[in-house]
Amino acid sequence: MLTYLAQRLAGAVVVVFGVITIVFLLIHLIPGDPVEVMLGEAASATDRAALRAAMGLDQPVMVQFAHYLHGLLRFDLGTSLQSHRPVIDLLRERLPSTLLLAGVALVFTLAMALPLGVLAAVRRGSPWDGGAMTFSMLGVSLPNFWLGPLLILVFSLWLGWFPVSGRGGPGAVVLPAVTLGTGLAAVLSRMVRSSLLEVLGEDFIRTARAKGLPPHRVILHHGLRNALLPVITLLGLQLGALLAGAVITETVFSWPGIGLLTIEAIQSRDYPVVQACVLLISLGYVLANLLTDIAYAWADPRIRLGGGG
Amino acid sequence: MRLGLPAALLGLWGLLALGAGFLPLTPNLIHLEHILGPPAPGAWLGYDDLGRDIGERLLVGARTSFLVAAWVVSLSAVLGTLIGTVSAYRGGWWDRLIVQVIDIFLAFPGILLAIALAGLLGPGIGNVVLALATVGWVGYARLSRAQVLSLRHREHVMAAECLGSGRLRIMARHLLPLMAAPLIVEATFGVAAVVIAEAGLSFLGLGVQPPGASWGAMIRDGTRYMLVAPHLVLAPGAAICAVVLSVNLLGDRLRDRLDKRLATAASYET
Repeated sequence: MLTYLAQRLAGAVVVVFGVITIVFLLIHLIPGDPVEVMLGEAASATDRAALRAAMGLDQPVMVQFAHYLHGLLRFDLGTSLQSHRPVIDLLRERLPSTLLLAGVALVFTLAMALPLGVLAAVRRGSPWDGGAMTFSMLGVSLPNFWLGPLLILVFSLWLGWFPVSGRGGPGAVVLPAVTLGTGLAAVLSRMVRSSLLEVLGEDFIRTARAKGLPPHRVILHHGLRNALLPVITLLGLQLGALLAGAVITETVFSWPGIGLLTIEAIQSRDYPVVQACVLLISLGYVLANLLTDIAYAWADPRIRLGGGG
Repeated sequence: MRLGLPAALLGLWGLLALGAGFLPLTPNLIHLEHILGPPAPGAWLGYDDLGRDIGERLLVGARTSFLVAAWVVSLSAVLGTLIGTVSAYRGGWWDRLIVQVIDIFLAFPGILLAIALAGLLGPGIGNVVLALATVGWVGYARLSRAQVLSLRHREHVMAAECLGSGRLRIMARHLLPLMAAPLIVEATFGVAAVVIAEAGLSFLGLGVQPPGASWGAMIRDGTRYMLVAPHLVLAPGAAICAVVLSVNLLGDRLRDRLDKRLATAASYET
């Protein structure tokens, strides 16, 4: 287990370094002179030189990169060009909203996917199964930026149950979370179904049935628990999709999180903020994947006790 | 499963995309008297916030999404397969480097990198294609690499090596045909992903610029008038959904069929 852990951590460090490099290089992808793009054509030569010096863009790329890394180590992500505040403060302000949204979306996802998947597997071939799989197919095909407006139309404008946008009141999180969670719930319910179907064909399920356990106990205790391992892995891997989906979902609902900050920063050409947001979301994803792998290894003795992996 | 409807829908999508240029369309013509107007004879989906015919804009939007999907999927599939195949077949430090690069690209969640790229490169359909292909090749590279690794020790490949076939010949004649099935399935689902991604970028204002039409941009423009004119949002969303659903259904079906064929092929070998 320790060897596996060390290997996995070393791999993650390399990936994190690569992610930081790409995010750093993003600003050099801007066609033309980034300073000119940021300030517009009306800016004076002095202002341009000042901004260039402030961002370190007059230095060689390697020096800039070293400077960037050094800043990251001290949680210094630069200063917003728009609000002139440290970027890290902006992130700190917006992060709780995104975490709340992602958390509620995750709860919704599990509350949808587990019952649907189990129902579909247990009543395989029945209308229940068909309905659950139709939901799954639809959920994968409905883009966030359409589902969101549809939900607003029905539940905010026609029924008036929830606010249209923003973070006012406790009900405000419901529609964004449902929008964000539906796609993941669709993928996950499929996974629960196929994984549970596989497990239900095992010998120990027959044994459990033969010794007279009630069906719900066989399915939940013996079946679902063994079927959850691949489901948890998929969940961990899909967390990233959830975070990326938050960018669009937050824009639909004007939800003041990291995703909306990313889009606002792109629109106002506030490049240090764009870089910081992309970095934060990606690192969150890397961390989620790392934790998933470790949890998986810990839960699966075949990996924990060496050998595979 | 019945596949007639999805297949017909996709055929229609492609036909409209390729044929939209020949139709006498006026998607940018403004009818001031019909602003936000409901469906009417002559404009079967109504008018948008500038009084333009939504039905005609939907057709032009079909063209946008089809062209972007075709470009992105072919670019990423060709590039990714090339990189993955060569990487796995050559091995050594080159392969290790490529694997590392793939891992780093996969560390960016979903569409995020494409959003950042499109945002920094500046709006426009060319940059959308560039951004999506930059993110898209990775999946094909990983898949083809895994395929080559499992295929390269097959007997027919070793026989070809012993007979003195060159690397290029082996890759093209003995590896690629066997990798085609999973790659085609991947590309099919890729079309669905790219259609959603293009619409998503356009929704964020990073794609097609006005007055060009894109389904995503139509949804974005429509959300502002949802209470008075919900048809602005409903029509383009239904179009995206229909295309994506059809592609996914076909992809599922294709995967099942090709899997079966792969399975029987494997059973013949043993």
